[in-house]
Amino acid sequence: MSSRSNGWRATCSALIGILLLSACERENRRFQENPPTATPTSTALIVSDLQPGPGMVIPKVEAPYDDNAWAVSEGKSLFNSMNCSGCHFQGGGGIGPPLMDEEWIYGYEPQQIFASIADGRPNGMPAWKYSLSTQQIWELVSYVRSLSGLNPKGARSGRDDHMMRKTPEASTPNAVPKMSSTPPEDSA
Amino acid sequence: MTDPIRRLPPNESAVAAPGVLPGARPTTLSDEVVLADAAALELTWADKPGLWGWLTAVDHKTIAKRYIFTAFLMFIAGGIEAALMRMQLSRPENTLIGPDRYNQLFTVHGTTMMFLFAVPIMTAMGLYFVPLMVGARSIAFPRLNAFGYYTYLMGVLFMYVSLFINMGPDAGWTSYPPLSGPQFSPGHRIDVWAQVVTFTEIAALAAAVNIIVTTFKMRAPGMSLNRIPLFVWAQVTVAFMIIFAMPAVATASTLQLASDRAVGTHWFNPSEGGDALLWQHIFWFFGHPEVYIIFLPALGFITSIVETFSRRRVFGYTAIVLANITTGFFAFGLWVHHMFATPIPELGQSLFTAASMVIAVPTGVQIFCWLVTMFSGRPRLTTAMLFILGFFFTFVNGGLTGVMLASVAFDKQVHDTFFVVAHFHYVLLGGGVMPLFAAFYFWFPKVTGRMLSETLGRWHAWLFIVGINVAFFPMHFLGLNGMPRRVYTYLAETGWGPLNELATIGAVIAVLGVAVFIVNAAISWRGGLFAGANPWDSYGLEWATPSPAPSYNFVNTPVVLGRHPLWDTGSPLPVVTGLRTDRREVLVTTTFDAQPDSRHKHPTGSIWPLVLALVMAELWIGSIFTPWAVLGGLGLTLLGMLGWGLQSVREQDVERVDTGAEIVEAA
Amino acid sequence: MRRGTWLLLFAIGCAGSQSVLDPAGPPNRSLNHLFWAMLIVASVIWIAVVVAAFWAALSRRRITREDLEPIITVPNEEHRRHTGIVTGLVGATIVILLLFLVYDFTVGRALAERPSRTLTIEIIGHQWWWEVHYVDPDPSKIVVDANELHIPAGEPVQVKLSSRDVIHSFWVPNLIGKRDLIPGYTSSLFLNADRAGVYRAQCAEFCGTEHAKMALPVVVHSRNDFAAWLSEARAPAAVPNDSSARDGRQVFLAGPCSSCHAITGEPAYGTVGPNLTHLASRKTLGAGTLPNTRGNLGGWVVDPQSIKPGVRMPSNQLAAKDLRNLLDYLQTLK
Repeated sequence: MSSRSNGWRATCSALIGILLLSACERENRRFQENPPTATPTSTALIVSDLQPGPGMVIPKVEAPYDDNAWAVSEGKSLFNSMNCSGCHFQGGGGIGPPLMDEEWIYGYEPQQIFASIADGRPNGMPAWKYSLSTQQIWELVSYVRSLSGLNPKGARSGRDDHMMRKTPEASTPNAVPKMSSTPPEDSA
Repeated sequence: MTDPIRRLPPNESAVAAPGVLPGARPTTLSDEVVLADAAALELTWADKPGLWGWLTAVDHKTIAKRYIFTAFLMFIAGGIEAALMRMQLSRPENTLIGPDRYNQLFTVHGTTMMFLFAVPIMTAMGLYFVPLMVGARSIAFPRLNAFGYYTYLMGVLFMYVSLFINMGPDAGWTSYPPLSGPQFSPGHRIDVWAQVVTFTEIAALAAAVNIIVTTFKMRAPGMSLNRIPLFVWAQVTVAFMIIFAMPAVATASTLQLASDRAVGTHWFNPSEGGDALLWQHIFWFFGHPEVYIIFLPALGFITSIVETFSRRRVFGYTAIVLANITTGFFAFGLWVHHMFATPIPELGQSLFTAASMVIAVPTGVQIFCWLVTMFSGRPRLTTAMLFILGFFFTFVNGGLTGVMLASVAFDKQVHDTFFVVAHFHYVLLGGGVMPLFAAFYFWFPKVTGRMLSETLGRWHAWLFIVGINVAFFPMHFLGLNGMPRRVYTYLAETGWGPLNELATIGAVIAVLGVAVFIVNAAISWRGGLFAGANPWDSYGLEWATPSPAPSYNFVNTPVVLGRHPLWDTGSPLPVVTGLRTDRREVLVTTTFDAQPDSRHKHPTGSIWPLVLALVMAELWIGSIFTPWAVLGGLGLTLLGMLGWGLQSVREQDVERVDTGAEIVEAA
Repeated sequence: MRRGTWLLLFAIGCAGSQSVLDPAGPPNRSLNHLFWAMLIVASVIWIAVVVAAFWAALSRRRITREDLEPIITVPNEEHRRHTGIVTGLVGATIVILLLFLVYDFTVGRALAERPSRTLTIEIIGHQWWWEVHYVDPDPSKIVVDANELHIPAGEPVQVKLSSRDVIHSFWVPNLIGKRDLIPGYTSSLFLNADRAGVYRAQCAEFCGTEHAKMALPVVVHSRNDFAAWLSEARAPAAVPNDSSARDGRQVFLAGPCSSCHAITGEPAYGTVGPNLTHLASRKTLGAGTLPNTRGNLGGWVVDPQSIKPGVRMPSNQLAAKDLRNLLDYLQTLK
């Protein structure tokens, strides 16, 4: 009897634990925190699987907000208010490359996207590290990842209260990201 | 008004009987027969013992007790949330609770009190007492009743598990879009709210259908429409209101808000042709009647209690019934007075001002009727009556500020301020909770067989009534001084500090009062004085059976010859016999005159209500996370329904036969 | 005076810069008459009902055994008397309600009148601050300001309300009742103040995390003062003279500030946060959250999240010197 009830208790606490873990981070609103100082150390760029010399090992940096619905939505509002759409057009691409497809020029890993935003990229992507805080850039990273379904679904945004130009991120199918071999076009 | 009813001497009941039951012949039942029947009935009607019996129970009293117990727990939970909020607001710029937590707290407080406490507990009182008061063996659809309870329980669990894992909804119990929409409420907090509302809608609808059918088809012979107790009239009115009101909020929350959030529809998105105001219209079309859904059953309690303790039949039975129905009708015509600050044309607003004032009239009629009853009776000041006086003191205040709020110009000033907070707490605590506590003191003996302590009761009543008034009266001034509602803090220079501190002190006093009640109930449950069948010498049929009422309610179905059976006829009442004791059988009577119509086989215990509630919970909770859960849940729900239906088909053999009922004269 | 008596009675005065009962304009004054009239009638009714209920419950105690017998037969005469009483009371209720209704309609009609030529101000609600535009047919004279409303006394001002995100509600208790700012709707309201002073407006519809800290000081000037204020407000910001403020200007323009905030006359165009052209002349910071002092401003720039958790402005890590210079610059923005 006691062992049965112990097992029962263990199952219960395990279930509750899973529940807590899954919901807590998603629903958390981290207004004030020391911004994740992990400004990525290595932002090396892999554009192809074929590389000279031994394979490069890039330390993987977890995106701190990939699983946080509130931060992703803050990232979305930054995306709009910083006029990212001016070039990326709600993720569909135009002047800048599209963000909602599976192709990535400068990498889809969190630290690579961070580097793209913070330091800028050739052909017009400005460096945002002077205008945005680290925390805000990480929020943008997670939002950008959510555009092609790279973060957990529960944390992605639903539809906007604006004219809808695309499917809400939460309804976007997950893309399998791959590196694009095409060099960035000068489409201006 | 109606003719005064005379107390019928025994021989007159025999004379009256043939009119009630054509062809019935008077006989006398011996004690042995009654005892043997009671033993047989207990075997037939009692829920099975053990865990399985507990899960399959369908006795309306068992289910209603669980309902009342759970809903009262919710009252305590909502009270704790309120106390936490009062602590936070007790001084300016307090940092006890941050905005994120505070917003969850007030949302969950409102949702708990409206959806998980008030409506369920009021309907649960009906589920317990309506069958007893109309002299029925059971409720019309016992399995549906159990299903309703389990659905409600799922909602309760879902809400509170969510709150504890930081997923508590945080857009207010009214959840206005766009704030509650997908863009401004990321994550699943608001989805929890939308689905909890769904759970409680289903539960309320199940209860409503049950109460209506029980009242209209299962009344004791002789209880024609004009003899139905006012408690039951109130419950029936409310049941109809639930049927008209709940689909509105189901549309708004389950269909529109949930689909806006889950699949990106545009019901409330003005840029794509939706409308943010649409929500407010639909929500308040439900939300205003909701207040009366809470308030009308309480008026039913008050009538029973005032009549019993004034030792006088209530003055103006017909007027009160009509007032009930009028209130129920007009309640649907004044939702816009919650929206006076929105851009709605002035002419439309004036119409709703007039309607909001008109609704004060039927409530006034009831209050005047009770006053006359008390004046011309000989009132006895029990704890229950003390709470009724608390009702007069508190509710009338809230009602009058309600009339003031009907004025568009004034409402625009105090709308969404603490003045309104004070107003609706006066109305709901005075008009809902105080009568409910009165009802607890009045009917506790019937439910448990024991009396609640009157000494503790008086402490409870005084602490609660004083506490509530100290807590909420200052809020009128806070509102007039500009304090908006739903703020987690305020600046010191606003000068709102002292009054807020006073309000917090009042809240502490009220909490003490409720604590006294909990102690009282805990002690009296097992250790109170034995009550006997009719401790208050009241008149209703529920007092004509032992306390606590046996599983079969009545050994033989009583015959009713007036509005106040036990006062008109005296005890024991004349009865009809002829229902089988070896299987569950209920007497179905005609809608208007309650003439015996047929015997109906009654469902036994079943596990399917619980199973169906569980799979539907899976459907709704799952739908938050993935639309596929809807498909899976629908499949499972269909299976559950099939299982339920097959069990019913197997057991079905409705006998529509001549009742063969015999009228039996009082021994 | 009647109101004086009530104030005494209520012990804690209802006068103040955010009070319905301290009217600063004709609309709220006529509303106050309606309120006091309704309140007095309602109080009389309340006292009457409560006294009646308590008296009925307490005065007639049972003495004899017969008293226990329920009263089922009521003599016809008594019944008629009771019917008369209840009918009379219901009649009285209806008459009182009708009077309320007529009075309310009269006041409501007066409030609904639309003056013909007025100054127009647009107010746009944001989570959780107010954007204020002083409209003018001449585009060069349009003033964009935030978190403070200036109006002249003695003339009606039309306020056009709209929202950029969720529903807010604009409410100056001393002047007039509230009006919601609903996305997709533009509504308008006429303010008519006749007493100069500073009043406090506060968002009255729950609008998210920082709903509690979304206030709007309303400054009522005399007509001449208002004209002076307006012409001053039309002036763009000037490049400061002293060197530390000039360095601060660089911090502002090169750093993160300018990506969200605009300063008229400077290359700072952000519209995400409030326009800061006249920041230093404002009475408060953070939409009525803090008094506008140098210390508070510094705290706000460095760590707004601990003052107003959830606000859209991020914490800013600045070197001590940069912060000093930035504050020097911001304080020149009169």
